[in-house]
Amino acid sequence: MPRESRLYPKISRAPLGVGLLLAGLAQLLCGSLTARAQQEPPYFVTYSSALEEPGNLEIENQNIAAAPKNANGFFAPTIEFEYGTTAWWTSEAYLQGQTTANDSTVFTGFRFENRFRPLPREYWINPVLYVEYEDTSAADKSFLEITGNTSITTQQVANAALRKEVERSIEGKLILSSNAKGWNFSENIIAEKALNENESWEFGYALGAARPLSVTAASHSCAFCRQNLSAGAELFGGLGTRYNFGLKQTEQYAGPTLALNTPHGLTLKFSPELGLNDNSARVLWRFGASYEIQQFRDWFRRSK
Amino acid sequence: MKGRLLWLPVALLGLSAVCFAKANGAWLRKVPQAEHERVNPLAGAPEAIAAGRNLFLDNCAKCHGKEAQGRHSRPPLRSDRIRGASDGDLAWLLKNGEVFKGMPRWAGLPEQERWQIIAYIRSLNSTEPEVQK
Repeated sequence: MPRESRLYPKISRAPLGVGLLLAGLAQLLCGSLTARAQQEPPYFVTYSSALEEPGNLEIENQNIAAAPKNANGFFAPTIEFEYGTTAWWTSEAYLQGQTTANDSTVFTGFRFENRFRPLPREYWINPVLYVEYEDTSAADKSFLEITGNTSITTQQVANAALRKEVERSIEGKLILSSNAKGWNFSENIIAEKALNENESWEFGYALGAARPLSVTAASHSCAFCRQNLSAGAELFGGLGTRYNFGLKQTEQYAGPTLALNTPHGLTLKFSPELGLNDNSARVLWRFGASYEIQQFRDWFRRSK
Repeated sequence: MKGRLLWLPVALLGLSAVCFAKANGAWLRKVPQAEHERVNPLAGAPEAIAAGRNLFLDNCAKCHGKEAQGRHSRPPLRSDRIRGASDGDLAWLLKNGEVFKGMPRWAGLPEQERWQIIAYIRSLNSTEPEVQK
């Protein structure tokens, strides 16, 4: 039986207080931090075929801020722990929260995901399979992806009411990614199914393209060398449900993304994402910081 | 009977040799001829070697060691195998990795940067003594 969209937007990736605390903690702990691998494109929502290198642990704080029309402004942070289990398998855990002006601050849930690269070689298009379990409340405003039929107007509902609706769902993504002449092009197709509610399959998408400002490295070490800066653009949104497939009654966003890989393991990212229709917020401001702890698993080995 | 038993150590030796060959540099046999014949356009250029060193320290040293001496079960990059491989072989390995044996792909790095890394690895193998693992 066809069912109308879910009441609240599905969202996801990034808190400031907790994030800065964890980032600081990571910095204190990580004597082994060195420059971060520079092959990850500067996307917030779109996944590429770049997996975490085996044994590395990346801690990322990703934040989103917005002031939707007719609703209170909000700030939603997500903390991500991404571990390279093998060269073809990456695991990731997310913790999410949000604070809404004139309302409250709430923890909104967690996610656990795995990404697998099924093919052993690099091809023109490289697939990655993504499987996620999430346990989030409707108060989640992280906008890590958008699925189903949603509208930013649901942000008018108070946190006290939103947090009562908890959804446990599984989500799958087909990630397609290509690398050519320094460019990365990535396409994600998203399908999500609630496990504890009688909802139909919901769909979404994300597209991204990015390139470092220079495809050759400088012969000297420098923080602001062009090869450490990358720029790109993202487009993402909902595709409705199994019974109401399409762009109607969905949120759609697009915007440029920028990233700076500093020589000491810190990566900074920024993106203003512009709403493309009346269901979307005018602008979602995103910013994030991540640290990579290189060969984290060696901490637990006896031999050096 | 004795004659038959003599074949046993010979067969075991042969099997060991096959296994050793498979575990060490088996990827070299997977490189297509066209890739094998590629030549590093930045070979020997001092700037490329210096840039390649920075990239190596950023991306490769965590597994292969700062001096490319190898760490834990990850192989040294100063070895006869590396010296024997062509530029194209190394470029193919960096691009494709050996993901089921722990070597990730580096296709996300621009090709020019991968050539810079290869220029640096070549310089390690031509000017400095081999580090035995």
